[in-house]
Formats: sequence, C-alpha cells, structure tokens
Amino acid sequence: MSTSLLALEVNHLSVNFGNVQALKNISFNVPTGSIISLIGANGAGKTTTLRSISGAVERKGEVKLFGNSISGLEPYQVAGKGIVHSPEGRGIFPNLTVLENLKLGTMTGPHAEDHFDQNLSECYLLFPRLKERLRQMAGTLSGGEQQMLAIARALIGEPKVLLLDEPSLGLAPQVVKLIFEIILKINREKKVTVLLVEQNAKQALKVSDYAYVLEVGTISLEGKGSELLNNDSVRKIYLGEH
Amino acid sequence: MEEFIQHTINGLSLGSIYALVALGYTMVFGVLQLINFAHGDIFMVGSFFGLYAMRFFAPHFQPGPVLAILVMGCAMTASAVLGVLIEHLGYKPMRRAPRINILITAIGISLFLEYGGQLVFGASPQFFPPFFEKTQFHIFDSVTIDSNQISIFLIACLLMTALQFLVFKTQFGRSMRALSHSLDTANLIGINVNQVIRITFMLGSTLAGAAGVLYALAYPKVEPLMGVLPGLKAFVAAVLGGIGNITGAVIGALILGLSETYVAGYISSTYRDALAFIILIIVLLVRPSGLLGKKRIEKV
Ligand SMILES: Nc1ncnc2c1ncn2[C@@H]1O[C@H](COP(=O)(O)OP(=O)(O)OP(=O)(O)O)[C@@H](O)[C@H]1O
Ligand SMILES: [Mg+2]
Repeated sequence: MSTSLLALEVNHLSVNFGNVQALKNISFNVPTGSIISLIGANGAGKTTTLRSISGAVERKGEVKLFGNSISGLEPYQVAGKGIVHSPEGRGIFPNLTVLENLKLGTMTGPHAEDHFDQNLSECYLLFPRLKERLRQMAGTLSGGEQQMLAIARALIGEPKVLLLDEPSLGLAPQVVKLIFEIILKINREKKVTVLLVEQNAKQALKVSDYAYVLEVGTISLEGKGSELLNNDSVRKIYLGEH
Repeated sequence: MEEFIQHTINGLSLGSIYALVALGYTMVFGVLQLINFAHGDIFMVGSFFGLYAMRFFAPHFQPGPVLAILVMGCAMTASAVLGVLIEHLGYKPMRRAPRINILITAIGISLFLEYGGQLVFGASPQFFPPFFEKTQFHIFDSVTIDSNQISIFLIACLLMTALQFLVFKTQFGRSMRALSHSLDTANLIGINVNQVIRITFMLGSTLAGAAGVLYALAYPKVEPLMGVLPGLKAFVAAVLGGIGNITGAVIGALILGLSETYVAGYISSTYRDALAFIILIIVLLVRPSGLLGKKRIEKV
C-alpha cells in the first residue's frame, strides 16, 4: 500500500458535546512531510479536531496513521505511535522546572527516552533561551518562552506527526514570527509532519502547504496556503481585509 | 525543661505517624482533587494485616528487625492492594461524575471498610504485640525515649525520604506533579494518567499501612474503628500544610503531633482530640490554602 504517503487520514469525523455538534463529518488528509493547517474563528472546532485525533474526546469516524487505524486508542497510546500534541494555551506544567517539563516529553516511548540527551542538545539549537533556564520553574517563563518550551517538549517526544494548537496565541508579533520560523525549520530540517491549528491565518497560510477553513464544525473551504491567502472570502473574514 | 523535651520526643513520634497518613491524603488530592475519606480505614486494615502477620511469623522469629520487616511488609502490601482496589472499583468509574457523587462514594467506601471490618475482624479491640523488645533509654534523669519511639521515627523518616526521592527525582514523580497541575494536559502529552493515579493510590495506601503498624506499636490495640480519628487528624494535618503539597503534609503532621502532646501534657488530655478540629477551623478561617499551599481556595 502506498498509503504511507499520507501521515494522517481523517475520515468522517464527528464530535458531539451534549446537544452541541462540534464537528460535523469532516474529512481531510495530512501528507507525509507537509505542513497542513486548520484555520477558523473561535469555536469553529479546531481544538476539538486535534483532541479527537489524540483520542482525548469521544468521536465518530476514523483516523489513520500511515494507513493504520488508531481508533479506540488512549491518548498516551496515540502519543506512543508518534502523534505528539502540543496543547492549546501552552500546555506546560508551571509547577515543574523547564528541564522536568522537557523530560516529560519522553513519555511517548523508550526511543525518546534513549535519545533524550541528543534530542535535548538539538532543542538547544532551536531554542537557545531554554538552555539558560533549565532549572527555573516553567511558570516563571515569559509567554513566548513557555510556547517554545511546549514545542521543545513535543520534539523531545520524537514526533512523526506534530499537532500544534495555536502556538502563536497571545504572543508579540516578533515572537510570532520566530515561532513560525521554527515550525518551518522543524518541518524542513527534522522532516516532521505538522498539523497546525491557528487563528493567525496569515502566518499559518504562509507556512502551510495546504489548508482547511473550519466554520462551525464543517470544512467550508480548502486549498493551497498561497491560494487561500489570495482568496477573497478568506481575506475578508480571516485576514481582516476589505 | 526536661518535661518539655519529653513531650517533644513523644510529639515527634506521634507526628511522624500522622505524616505518613497525611501524605496519602495529599498525594491523592494532588492528582484527583479528591479527599479519599477511606484513607483512615486503609490505615486500620494495615494494622490488622500487621497483626495477622505478627501472629503468623512470631512463633518462627525473634523480635527484631527481621520480624519488623516481615510484619511491615505484609501490612504495606495488603494496604497497597486495598488502595488500588478502592481506586479501581470505587473512584475510577466516577472519574467524570460530579464532586458530590464522588464524595458520597468516598464516605460509602469508608463505612463499608469500618463495618465490614467489624464483621471480618470482630468489633472488640485486639492486643498488638511489639515486634521489638521494648527498651527505655534515659537521656536525662526524667527524660526517656523508648525503642518503639525511635523505630517509629526512623521508619517514618526512611519512608518519607524514599517518597521524596520518588516524587522529585523520577519520571513517575514528574508525571504525578504534572497531573496535579492538569490531568488533561498530562493526558494529551502522552502520560498514562490512569496508571499514575493507580500508583499514587498504591503509594499513599502503602504509607497508610505502614503508619497503621507503627501506630499499633505505640498504642497496642487494634480495632475496626481505630482509623477514624487518626485519619481525620492526618487529614487536618494535610490541610494545615496545604493540601496537595507533600512537604506541607509532613510539616502539618509534625505540628499537629507536637501540639497534641503539649496540650495533653500541659493543659489536659481531654482537649487532645479536640485540638485537631480547632486547628482545622482556624486554618479554614485564616488561611484555607494551608501553610505551604497555593493561594487558591479549593472547594471540597
Ligand atoms: N468539553 C466540551 N464540552 C462542551 N462543549 C465543548 C467542549 N469542548 C469544546 N466544546 C464546544 O465545541 C465547539 C468547538 O470548540 P473548540 O475548542 O474546538 O473550538 P476552537 O476552534 O478551538 O476555538 P478557539 O479558537 O477559541 O480555540 C465550541 O462551541 C465549544 O464550546
Ligand atoms: Mg482552540
């Protein structure tokens, strides 16, 4: 099977929270080696999509990783298969030191544990600031540093597919730029497939090979990043242009 | 002065037993924001298993360290198994249930163990024979410390040091502390949260079982309701230290143990048991987050 060209296949995904239908039968693919983004307004269902891929919410539909179904797996098992999640709101642990947070990145499996030292020094190259702050409580880092830590921790887990939930949320423009440069580097140099969720549509579309627009639980539009950047309705609604 | 030293020795010995129990409350609260009201009863079951192990091994071994290790080992293992069972059968199915349901479950499990205990072990107190020859040491003329107090203190310190290592130096400990910040995030980044919760219950119950035996060494009678009061006091100690905070639980327990013996020694032993509740009320009024706790009020 040549399905391994697709890192992730998401088929007919539906999620209900009580009466609220957060996702209504969405399907999309993430080709191996690409950066794919999901953009959309607040409450569109972006986080829910990532969480259901990770197995953290009850869902209908199927998710395949390199052609093999990962339905029914617990989140830690999904992480063990190589889908590593960097949660919304910089899911770091403020009560642990930076180094302890990074060590938790190895919970994805024995390979990540074995390569910890090497992966850590590679992380220092991407995030030199973290190196100086290893013994500091993660809660005392700046917002941008916390986001870097969240991404670094995910990389320590040796992801095959990296799920990034709004990495630019609440960061200053220069830091946003830096974060997106790092995402590109991770993808190009470390060959990590990235599924990116963003409200910052402009930056996300710039780095994406392909993107999907989510609107209240359905995919309303899709296309290459550069195409969507020039699409009239995207420009109007998500890029705030008139 | 000598009287004061004597009370201090007694208080530290009692406080270190409370500390072992308080640690279980605080660890479980840390990961699940749940007060395991059955914790005092796990302590009780621990001392009963210690008693049975004692009866089983005593004919074959002289009192001494080997017997102590065998008895403690049985009690701790039995308590660990019980703790894991309680978590699996009682609390795990309630993971997403409202707080009040979980609270009622906890009380139900506690009553089940207390009255089930009366059925299984019998309601009348039973004598717990010492597993060391008790010897008295005179520090000054009127200040004595006995071998039981020394063993209680040393064993408690040993167990607490081991726990401290586990919590602050191992991947399990990091996972546990991560969970206490956010179960959801821990889950998403690949921590097997159910396993961490299970081990946390196991560890807390192991310490409670050890405390049960040490308590029986100091107050040598065991009965099915014996866990109620020490359990409540250890809970107060955990709240005093800041529930969820491991160092806080130990400090709170030592403060409680010491103040109880001072009150009993200088005022009257009738007030001894009331003291814990007075402390609880004061803490809740003045500093609900406890001495070392986060400044955030938790509704229990
Ligand atoms: N645990 C939950 N219980 C109930 N409703 C939920 C839950 N999680 C999400 N929802 C609802 O599902 C919808 C989609 O939420 P989701 O968090 O996926 O949006 P989002 O696109 O990530 O938004 P944002 O950009 O604000 O993060 C929202 O209407 C939200 O209220
Ligand atoms: Mg979101």
